[in-house]
Amino acid sequence: MALTGLFLCLFLVGHLLGNLQLIFITGEEGKVAFNEYAYFMTHNPAVKVLSYLTYFSILFHAIDGLMLTIQNKKARPTNYAMNKPNTNSSTPARYMAILGTVVLVFICTHMVNFWAKMHFTNMPLHTITKSIEAPVGQDPTTGQPVVKELEVDYVYTTNGQYQESKVSLAEMNYSEEKYEIKKGTMLYDKTSGLKVAEGLKDLHSQVMTFFGQDIKGLPSNSNALLYVILYVLSMAVLGFHLWHGFSSAFQTLGLRSKKYVGAISMAGKLFAVIIPAAFAIIPILIYLA
Amino acid sequence: MKLNLKIWRQNGPQDKGEMKTYPIDGVDGDMSFLEMMDMLNNQLVESGESPVAFDHDCREGICGMCSLYINGEAHGPDRGVTTCQLHMRKFNDGDTIYIEPWRAKAFPVIKDLVVDRSSFDRIMNSGGFVSVNTSGNTVDANSIPIPKDDADKAFEAATCIGCGACVASCKNASAMLFVSAKVSQLSLLPQGKVEAKERVLNMVQTMDDEGFGNCTNTGACEVECPKGISLENIARMNREYLKGALTK
Repeated sequence: MALTGLFLCLFLVGHLLGNLQLIFITGEEGKVAFNEYAYFMTHNPAVKVLSYLTYFSILFHAIDGLMLTIQNKKARPTNYAMNKPNTNSSTPARYMAILGTVVLVFICTHMVNFWAKMHFTNMPLHTITKSIEAPVGQDPTTGQPVVKELEVDYVYTTNGQYQESKVSLAEMNYSEEKYEIKKGTMLYDKTSGLKVAEGLKDLHSQVMTFFGQDIKGLPSNSNALLYVILYVLSMAVLGFHLWHGFSSAFQTLGLRSKKYVGAISMAGKLFAVIIPAAFAIIPILIYLA
Repeated sequence: MKLNLKIWRQNGPQDKGEMKTYPIDGVDGDMSFLEMMDMLNNQLVESGESPVAFDHDCREGICGMCSLYINGEAHGPDRGVTTCQLHMRKFNDGDTIYIEPWRAKAFPVIKDLVVDRSSFDRIMNSGGFVSVNTSGNTVDANSIPIPKDDADKAFEAATCIGCGACVASCKNASAMLFVSAKVSQLSLLPQGKVEAKERVLNMVQTMDDEGFGNCTNTGACEVECPKGISLENIARMNREYLKGALTK
């Protein structure tokens, strides 16, 4: 429990740093930064190793926790008629299993909403629509060239370039029947088997619309406020789980001694407040923006 | 002082048991909790009812024999004392007091408030000792120099009286504080270091086999321990266990 728990604490820090890009870098620059980061996180072999380690840690932590809880329940077959556990222990410490279960449910829904979409569905590609002035012919009377404003979609590619797209991607319906994304970047027309476009998946816009921003060409999320509230509540639960969990891991590993107990306990409490609060502020800011 | 006692009555290990209510009058604030129980038992005997069975011995707070889960806390609401040293002045006139036995699978009820704590003895038998040949030339203990700090820590751990309040108050009925006090007391001293690895592995194994729960570091044991045994001992035992498990 302790080793996987501490590893997951490290994961939280990494994940948070990634997410903070959503609020610290704005505009097209932020979109580029986040989508490049998402591409890196899904394609880098070292990250792959780390991500498998994370999946394993979550599963092990949950299963081991469940087994320990069953054993602990068995260790006291008859409960007290009158018990005052508040007098000797903190509430989060006694409800770790329940808090952990809520966090696990959150992780599952969170992965369905973002991780699974990024990995397995036709997420729209990162595009930018620019108005360009293109000559469309000559005025027959004056002989002057006629310039018309055209909206052209550019796809942001893996090598960091904007490439003009032959089709209007911003307005396109990326239906699973018609299209297929191969290798995470290439969009193929299923019927003709031809490549339509190539570029980064636009996870940034997915996140933004999920938490309530309106983005052209993407369905707006009418339940955004509910999701923001659920997200913030989940982070509060995570905070309570960490409030006990962080310092508890050090105790289990035998790293607690009189000299360090104060520092470990303080670090644990700061970690339990700062990390979930920083996570929670992101969807709030996105929703309010 | 008038009190309303709710006491667990169980006629034997196989009996289902139930909470029974006993009103009691004339309790003095200077009485110890066990004296109040004696007073109740006198009344019960006089009225032809069987007295409430409870454990006690020295009544000086040092033997570890008395137990009782009083009003939801091991050894009652006072800190740093055993039930025999808990005084009735801690309660108010008209209070309802719940009195229950230690609850743990590894501490089965024998009768009423008396539980079988021999699982602690079996844990001690599996490693709570130092193997020394004592036939003949017994070495004077002071001939082995021991750092003052280690001696103090070992002594603090050795103040554990094995009453089982840690198990009773732990939400998992874990015996980690007791076992860690015994492991620490011996492994901190040069005489005990020789068998440190086997000791911790064997004692933890016996503790698990006896059906105690796992430690989730809630810290309830440390708060309720009448001798103030520190959680530091549990960390030390975890350290020793890791060392033992990895190198033995």
